[in-house]
Amino acid sequence: MKFFNHMTFGQYVPAESPVHGLDPRCKILVVLVILTGIFMAKHPAVFAAWGVLLAGLTLAARLPTKLVLGSAKPVLILALFTASIHIFFTKGEPLFSLGIINITSEGLVLALYMGLRLIFLVLFASFLTLTTRPMELADGLERLFSPFARFGFPAHELAMMMTIALRFIPTLLDETDRIMKAQLARGASFDRGGLWKRLKAFIPVLIPLFVIVFQRAEDLAVAMEARNYRGGAGRTRMNPLRWRGADTAALILVPLAVFILVYADRSLA
Amino acid sequence: MSIIVKNLGHVYHPGTPLETRSLCDISFELERGTWLSVAGHTGSGKSTLGQHLNGIIAPMEGTVTVDGMAVKEKGPDLREIRARVGLVFQYPEQQLFAETVYEEIAFAPRNWGTPEEEIDARVKEAARAAGLDESRLTRSPFQLSGGEKRKVAIASVLSSKPDYLVLDEPTAGLDSFSRRELADLLAGLKEGGMGIVLITHDLDIALSRSDAVLVLDGGREAALGTPAEVLARLEENPVPGLRLPDVAALSLLLRQRGRKAPVTWDWRELKNALFRSSK
Repeated sequence: MKFFNHMTFGQYVPAESPVHGLDPRCKILVVLVILTGIFMAKHPAVFAAWGVLLAGLTLAARLPTKLVLGSAKPVLILALFTASIHIFFTKGEPLFSLGIINITSEGLVLALYMGLRLIFLVLFASFLTLTTRPMELADGLERLFSPFARFGFPAHELAMMMTIALRFIPTLLDETDRIMKAQLARGASFDRGGLWKRLKAFIPVLIPLFVIVFQRAEDLAVAMEARNYRGGAGRTRMNPLRWRGADTAALILVPLAVFILVYADRSLA
Repeated sequence: MSIIVKNLGHVYHPGTPLETRSLCDISFELERGTWLSVAGHTGSGKSTLGQHLNGIIAPMEGTVTVDGMAVKEKGPDLREIRARVGLVFQYPEQQLFAETVYEEIAFAPRNWGTPEEEIDARVKEAARAAGLDESRLTRSPFQLSGGEKRKVAIASVLSSKPDYLVLDEPTAGLDSFSRRELADLLAGLKEGGMGIVLITHDLDIALSRSDAVLVLDGGREAALGTPAEVLARLEENPVPGLRLPDVAALSLLLRQRGRKAPVTWDWRELKNALFRSSK
């Protein structure tokens, strides 16, 4: 029994692909542009075009389709919820009514688009984390934020915090898994009884976990001080980021494609 | 009454890029009142094996049977199996959570539904068996020393009176005195009729204290038998990453240099043999 699968959706999947090889700064910017574009999508043909783009990106990144689609799983409930709200609360020509509940054709269409938009957002955003190592991502963010450092923005500190937090997610999942198993072996059960009983069953997991987290944080702080860590000034990198021609190309072509899609959307509607 | 493991195999993350096989075709039988040690280096699959024995992990390939009940992912027998097979995890002191040592030890029997009037006796008995002073029962487990914390953790499994006890690296990080103390505790439990499975990378304890030893290498059985058989096998086919006990290694070296020395892990036996041959 494994409570937390290590293959959590959205986690970096190593592969040799053009998408993996792009500079993280390029990928962050491109994803931002894509997400903006998806927000503006309104026409069915444009949605279809986004779907084709998604399929193309999956192929280019050499990722299993199942894995990519799986990253939408966590927002499926949110998407369904949003969609159902639009179904029930959109005014228009009633298609079907039952008492105070009115279902309109406008509502159905809007619900479908809203749900699709949310799912597309998550799917495209997940490419960033699926094809970029967490450390690269943090480095990229640090570099993108560094112009703001002169206004007192703690770019390096934020990136370091993010790096550490990301680094410890798998470790803490492992620890949680181990503690849950240990308490199971002592007769705890996490899936029996009412809500209150189930919540209470997590106390024997949470307390040891907190103890471990604080211990780890302290150990890490000592280890960093022992190696003379004193913030970002003057630090060099083990793997410096390199901007290649492909990055420039991606940064021109993708926004161009997004612009065309948005423009097509406007003129179709 | 025994735990029977037949052709057990296990793969982590099947069907993903991270797929790794951790166990392959493992079979053995453990009777109550006997002590089996499972030895192997880090990543040999010994912890995975241990977690199969009380159903924390359900078998993917092969079977695990506890007193005639098959271990499955879900089933009416699962709780009964977990109550019969106590499992002490690696660094068990990290699972402590209660306000007092007493509450910590009472956690397991309460979960198994032991009547309240019996719990007091259970807690005291388990504390005594684990070598904990009764004055510690009212303290917070977080105030105790590392060695004492581990004793609390072991007592907190003993208090549910299991018929079998599986311990994953219980000696890790302990000094040699505490290691011997723990081995004595396990030997006492075994005399009392409990079946012991000791998971360890310390061949010294495995060979000198147990009735049978299973050596794992990369999830496969590298040797299985009595300590003497296993040592002979390991001398012929060394398992990488698993060091022979000092005495056994010395004895082997002497034999390779043409001296008459026995296949043993016991320094007295080696000493006597050397004295005899030098006379």
